[in-house]
Amino acid sequence: MSDINTQRRQFLKTSAGAAAIAIAPGMMLYQTAHGDTAAASSSVRWGMLIDTAQCKEGCNDCVNACNKENGLSGKTGVTDSQWIRKIEIKAVGSGHAVSLPMMCQHCEHPPCVDVCPTQASFKRADGIVLVDRHLCIGCRYCMMACPYKARSFVHETLEDQNPDVPRGKGTVEACSLCVHRIDKGQIPACAEACQNKAILFGDLNDANSEIYKKVRSVASVQIRADLRLNPGVRYQGL
Amino acid sequence: MADLSALRSMNRLYYVLLALGGLVVLGGAYAVHMMEHHGHIISGMNNQIVWGMPHVFAIFLIVAASGVLNVASIGSVFGKAIYKARAPLASLLSIAMLSGGLAVLMLDLGRPDRIIVAATNYNLTSVFAWNVVLYSGMFSLVIVYLWTMMERRMNPFNKAAGLAVFVWRFVLTTGTGLIFAFLTARQAYGSALLPPMFIVLSFAWGLAVFHVVQAAIYAWNEKALDPAILQRKKNLLGVFVVGSLYMVATYHFTNMYFAHQQSFELFILRDGGIYPNLFWWGYVVLGNLVPLLLIYMPGLGKSKCVMAAALLVVLGAFALLYVFIIGGQAFPLDIFPGYEVSSSFADGQIAGYKPSIYEFLLGFGGLAIAFLITTVSVRVLNFMPQDKPYISD
Ligand code: SF4
Ligand code: SF4
Repeated sequence: MSDINTQRRQFLKTSAGAAAIAIAPGMMLYQTAHGDTAAASSSVRWGMLIDTAQCKEGCNDCVNACNKENGLSGKTGVTDSQWIRKIEIKAVGSGHAVSLPMMCQHCEHPPCVDVCPTQASFKRADGIVLVDRHLCIGCRYCMMACPYKARSFVHETLEDQNPDVPRGKGTVEACSLCVHRIDKGQIPACAEACQNKAILFGDLNDANSEIYKKVRSVASVQIRADLRLNPGVRYQGL
Repeated sequence: MADLSALRSMNRLYYVLLALGGLVVLGGAYAVHMMEHHGHIISGMNNQIVWGMPHVFAIFLIVAASGVLNVASIGSVFGKAIYKARAPLASLLSIAMLSGGLAVLMLDLGRPDRIIVAATNYNLTSVFAWNVVLYSGMFSLVIVYLWTMMERRMNPFNKAAGLAVFVWRFVLTTGTGLIFAFLTARQAYGSALLPPMFIVLSFAWGLAVFHVVQAAIYAWNEKALDPAILQRKKNLLGVFVVGSLYMVATYHFTNMYFAHQQSFELFILRDGGIYPNLFWWGYVVLGNLVPLLLIYMPGLGKSKCVMAAALLVVLGAFALLYVFIIGGQAFPLDIFPGYEVSSSFADGQIAGYKPSIYEFLLGFGGLAIAFLITTVSVRVLNFMPQDKPYISD
């Protein structure tokens, strides 16, 4: 484990300045810059549009895919990490019921980043909000500040980790939008796993992207828009 | 001969007290070791209640550490002689409690070994990071202030140091209040009333702690506090208690006024089981009404009553902080206003929390650190308030 850490740190160090490892499916340059804000492009704003009409109650495919991809146990005890969860909601008046996935909303103005004393919580230029687990001191202030309960604290020693997704006891973690996949030109595991195509992932700034067009053609909302955090995840059919 | 044996037994008692304090600190160290090794899984905290019992202890100690300086400020800023005589003891208590509180806060971190990162990777927008500066600044200021009191050559700077401490502690308690006031998404917090509320609470809690320690020191030295002084201090405690009750009431009333906070208030004040019980019985009755009776009831208000009142105020403080910190997190976060929600992550549910023994060990460890610092300092240096024959000022 610590071997991976040192390797990783070494990697970050060397990549911080120059590295722009380009993998270019779809003619786009993605940089491997997990812990490096500077290397991600600020012209990109990654986001998701979730169509709640397509999302089925009882279906947990996105959650399972996330757990597998990121090496989470999948347990749902009070101290277990849940990066993405299904929420069933029912309007108090009309009884209108909806099932939807909830994860880090990758806010443009993330309170978790504002309150973090060590800059462990940070936002990459492309809008992805991450925790640098080498800087996190585990104060949990970000968990108090997040309006969506998107974050989990690692309460115990972890085994069987995915080397692409290092996690650590005593630190806070959350949905990374599968940044390691995005940097390889893939889409997040949840979006890929959803058989009902309820999760549309893409660049909210790219006029040619499907998500760009759809956000402009169908009605969608941000959760707790009143807080003015401008989340990168939007919901349709609420 | 009798005198000598009395002295000896006092000496023995002193070492017994030190040993007991040391034992409790060791208990705290054990808890830290266990949490380091196993992770927070052995605490009662979880992904819903992320701040638990350690924070109740830590915030009490830090708030009281700021409030106790009130005694010193009345002396050096407002020039009241009986308070001036108590400024050294007040400063010592402040340093002691700040040390205890910060130790608990730090050792409860998921990665206490990385505490230095908080200094090297400073985030200017974080209230937590501001507080790191505020706490260390307060620490140094109070030490300088103590120095200006204890070292004759430094006396001329006493007034300036006193003023600096006076201002700093207001900022510090404001900072503590802001930690919560900035959590706008949570129904329990995110209120602009929190910083002033914490300031007034700090007055009451700090003075209560001061009373208890002062009474212990007088008893130890077999001296009695001048009744006129007792009279004034207990009146001051009474005023602070009424003041803090008023602030807490205002905070809840304003919450009631905002429709979206109402269900939270009903939870805390009526339906939430342990929380309303602790609030009404622990905080309001035991922590405020009974102390007020003890202070103001004709026939009561003697030194034992004031001591009991002060102890109850401290007890009430813990009850209030438990309700505020734990109860505030237990109430479900309103992610979808107007919807009933359910999920595997306790959405829409009252979160459960049972503090574990390790959390208590850590919290009491912090208290014991404060106790040890105070006991040793009082023994080796002269912190006994030196009153001139009482003149009203
Ligand atoms: S959803 Fe929560 S964790 Fe994610 S960016 Fe927003 S505040 Fe931070
Ligand atoms: S828990 Fe970690 S990421 Fe969250 S605020 Fe504290 S240091 Fe920052």
